[in-house]
Amino acid sequence: MSQSARPLSPHLGIYRWRVNMWQSVLHRLTGLFLCLGALLLAWGLIAVASGADAWSTFAAFCASGIGTLLLVAWTWALLFHLCNGIQHLFRDGGSGFDAAQRDHSRTPSYFATGWIVIGASIVLTVLVWICLFVRSSGGAA
Amino acid sequence: MSANSGEAFRTPLKNVRGLGSAQSGVRHWWLQRITAVALVPLSLWFLWLLMSLMHADFVTARAAIGQPVHAVLLVAFVVSLFWHGALGLQVVIEDYVHVRWQEIALQVAVRFGAFLTAVACLFAIARIALH
Repeated sequence: MSQSARPLSPHLGIYRWRVNMWQSVLHRLTGLFLCLGALLLAWGLIAVASGADAWSTFAAFCASGIGTLLLVAWTWALLFHLCNGIQHLFRDGGSGFDAAQRDHSRTPSYFATGWIVIGASIVLTVLVWICLFVRSSGGAA
Repeated sequence: MSANSGEAFRTPLKNVRGLGSAQSGVRHWWLQRITAVALVPLSLWFLWLLMSLMHADFVTARAAIGQPVHAVLLVAFVVSLFWHGALGLQVVIEDYVHVRWQEIALQVAVRFGAFLTAVACLFAIARIALH
């Protein structure tokens, strides 16, 4: 597509990094990663439908080191995408978009919610895995 | 061809080249939001279900998924999840894949893949629930 050499709009490099850029990038990356997680869900459901042998293969993968690592990563990805998605829906509704709220120096709530979203996703992930760990060790004892 | 201020520098060439709005953006945006709203409670419920089935044996897992309430919610979750995921992947491909044939091939692959995987999930749920 040969177009005339018009000036391009400023690209990423000229902007100061702020939390909403992290949110945007992480939302996309976690979204892509969760699409892979959907394939694991499909594997699990097909395994349960297929029978005990298929299930034990699936369960062994989930309980393995790499499987556990992936499940922790998927837990955080799901919770971040969920928390950030809820903020996204509120922003889509127009909330938090007044000029005063975008100005970090005057009303920092616009950026504070971004840090809250990131913090909440990490705290919730830790809580989920503490619950799982306590229950599995309590069940074994 | 009205020559009002906004249109003064536009020519029909852009229409010939197929540039400009495809008039389908709002539908995509809206479906992405609807599936997102559905996924807020459904994914919380799904996380709870997964936590309750951690270290479960085959019979327990099968019985849990086969419960009518769980099976119905799983169907809703799977449909919203794969729909939402396909819409998201579509935008990522539009943004980053600039070779036309690769873009089209990926778009078709994503739709076929999402649809086929979702149908496989639904068939599995039905088989578990009706067994």
